[in-house]
Amino acid sequence: MSEKYKRIIAILDRPLTTRSRILVATAALILIPTFFAPLWRMSFMAQQYPEGLDLYIYSHSLVGGDQGNDLVEINVLNHYIGMAELSEEDFSELKWIPLVIGLIGVLTLRAAAIGSLKSILDTMVICIYFAGFSLWSFWYKLNYYGKHLDPRAAVEVAPFTPPVFGYRMVGQFEVWSYPALATYLFVAFGLLLLGGFWFTWHRPGEKMLDPIRTGSGGEQ
Amino acid sequence: MRGVLVALPMIALLVSGFVGCGKAPPRGGARGGGTRGTGSEITDAALATYVAPGDLDEYYLFYSGGHSGQIFVAGVPSMRHIATIPVFTPYPGTGYGFDDETREMLGEYSWGDSHHPGLSETDGEYDGRWLFINDNANGRLARIDLRDFKTKQILKVPNISANHGSSFLSPNSEYVTMATRMSVPFPQGTYADVTDYGTTYKGIVAGIKIDPDSGEMSLGWEIVVPPFNYDLGDAGKGPSDGYFFWTCYNSEREFIEGGKLEVTASQRDRDYILMVDWRAAQQAVDAGRARTYAGAPVLDPDTVSGLAWYIPLAKSPHGVDVSPDGRWIVGSGKLSPTTTVFDIEKIKQAIQDGDFEETIDGIPVLTYNSVREAEIPVGLGPLHTQFDGKGYAYTSLFVESAVAKWKLPPYEAGADMNQYVVDKIPVAYNIGHLVTAEGDSRSPDGNYLIALNKLSKGRHLSVGPSIPESAQLIDISGDRMNLLYDAFTEPEPHYALMIRADKIDPIEVYRRDDPEWPQNPDATWAVEDTRVERRGRTVEVWMLAVRSFFSPDVIRVNQGDRVIIHVTNIEQTRDELHGLAINDYNINIVIDPGETKTVTFTADKSGVFAFYCTNFCSALHQEMQGYLLVR
Repeated sequence: MSEKYKRIIAILDRPLTTRSRILVATAALILIPTFFAPLWRMSFMAQQYPEGLDLYIYSHSLVGGDQGNDLVEINVLNHYIGMAELSEEDFSELKWIPLVIGLIGVLTLRAAAIGSLKSILDTMVICIYFAGFSLWSFWYKLNYYGKHLDPRAAVEVAPFTPPVFGYRMVGQFEVWSYPALATYLFVAFGLLLLGGFWFTWHRPGEKMLDPIRTGSGGEQ
Repeated sequence: MRGVLVALPMIALLVSGFVGCGKAPPRGGARGGGTRGTGSEITDAALATYVAPGDLDEYYLFYSGGHSGQIFVAGVPSMRHIATIPVFTPYPGTGYGFDDETREMLGEYSWGDSHHPGLSETDGEYDGRWLFINDNANGRLARIDLRDFKTKQILKVPNISANHGSSFLSPNSEYVTMATRMSVPFPQGTYADVTDYGTTYKGIVAGIKIDPDSGEMSLGWEIVVPPFNYDLGDAGKGPSDGYFFWTCYNSEREFIEGGKLEVTASQRDRDYILMVDWRAAQQAVDAGRARTYAGAPVLDPDTVSGLAWYIPLAKSPHGVDVSPDGRWIVGSGKLSPTTTVFDIEKIKQAIQDGDFEETIDGIPVLTYNSVREAEIPVGLGPLHTQFDGKGYAYTSLFVESAVAKWKLPPYEAGADMNQYVVDKIPVAYNIGHLVTAEGDSRSPDGNYLIALNKLSKGRHLSVGPSIPESAQLIDISGDRMNLLYDAFTEPEPHYALMIRADKIDPIEVYRRDDPEWPQNPDATWAVEDTRVERRGRTVEVWMLAVRSFFSPDVIRVNQGDRVIIHVTNIEQTRDELHGLAINDYNINIVIDPGETKTVTFTADKSGVFAFYCTNFCSALHQEMQGYLLVR
């Protein structure tokens, strides 16, 4: 095992400094509002919908714009091309995502209270996996909806994947799909964790301020 | 090692990297469908539609009133609503449906669903004589005389269920069409369950003969056809003269309980245009080859050949429209993004050659590839096509909420057909039909187009949930279409026709000595001739109305008497209308200058009831009253 690696392993056991703990605790708090803000927003624009139709994806629910009616309207329109109804029951993600966010919150709080750098690293790794899996799962669902159209539908369209990110023309609709507030909160959460990591990792004035570059050994 | 650390902020990268890239969805007015272009173009649009006070419009616009059962008359380009012509629905404003004559004409119905106005033609040009309108609900057809803008006849035709493919006229007004949209068991009145739909239910298309002098309509022939839903039609002209065309959907010929027709009727890739040789139909009837069902002469293509053909068309078509020169038959399958052009010369050749794909219930289906000229990629949801007389066609796109302008043949062989769609304009919103000036004639004027839109949300002051329909005036005189004006109507114009104002020459007074308007035998023109006569339990009143009194102004009857009032408005000055309302007897008639109307009722309520003039006539209009005394 290389010296560098040993050094890193050793540093990862370092308990968090006060400044890091504050940042990590703030990160945990920032998860709370993610339950109340949408993660993703899909907008459907067409000539006859001058206000557009909006679909907001929360961690726990699908919510249409216009007091929920836009989801009903989107489903009415989709029935012409034989797309299955978008309904919360079919998105099992909406059941487990809030739970996972809660667990991440608990892990983050634990890191803030009694954690070392390793605790932050663990939390981050879980978050990366969780974010990646959630995005894939979301894409997979939309793809499934777009690719499994009822062959008896009145309007025949080629199977398609609705946009997960960006823009696509679907029939007469310009469909735009972008992250929304809760996702940006997760970004802030990630940055705070990084900050927390950095302020314990980096100790100004110490000799082995950068163990990788200096390669110096020894415990402080 | 470093790589591990760089991987740490992945959660942030996953999302933050996306932020800000790509363009934002447009919001608000960016695609609002408003007038395109600069401030000066808006000024131009305003000037183009401004008809100064006292000036007159260039065109009459006759909108069908849909389930209001009426026709709305507006002027173009101002789009001002000028009058409503009641047809299938009582209309207190003109006393329609209250006097004996119009009550009898309306019969048992208090509404109708007026869909497609048809103007009488001479040599394929609108001649301004009569306006026809179908009742989609009750198998009826009405004729309005454009000399006095009044409904003169409502013809009820047996066997036809939901008369939608109507009223389209042959180029010399020989015939006007009727057709079944919603097939029922044949003949009329037969009971059969929907499980027998494919065999027992039938469609009917009919030719209604028009008397060339009086305009009187009578049933010429009916043809029994498979139970498809016959939708819209048009008449051939020039090389296609002698033919009627109707689109039809649900060639699946089924109605499955709970199966949703919108689904079951959309399964086959192609439906049809039905083409009928109306001269052959008339000859067959004259030759005694029709059988009588429910009083109607009915021809069956299974036994009489050479009457009807099917032309395959992209599925679930709505409009079929014949180009001004009569050569191109344009059909639009509303579930296909293309409009199909057929060549009447190729159609005739295919018929001559017996070039058929199959035969359905005795009706040969022409080979699609033999008769099709081109498929034009106009856009999503093409419904109906009109023409400008300059070689272009305009197709309404319901799904796309737009109008596509495209070039009629000829086309270069092997050319990319997209290049022939030369302009597109968004409309607000969900256009159904469209109409160009003199658009169904042999020589459209090519200046105005009106988009008849189904939805108008947010384009006018809000009036609550019962939102009116919208009609948008579009300038088509240049290369690009320009939106000029939004107008709104009550429910619900389906189609409209635009005719040059100078082609209509209405009277404004029924002149006492005008031979064109023979006197009603019960007219009374002098006070000394007015009278009340009793015969048994019937009291008959000959009354006149003039500024500002009725004579007689007292009518005495006994409770239970049958009362007949003939009232003549003896004014000969235009716009001096009088009304006669009898309070609490639900009687409200309006008599135009020189007109006589009769109203019959039973005086079943005792007491004293005032009657008065409803239509403001003079300075002493308020004094124009009398009493009905019921003892």
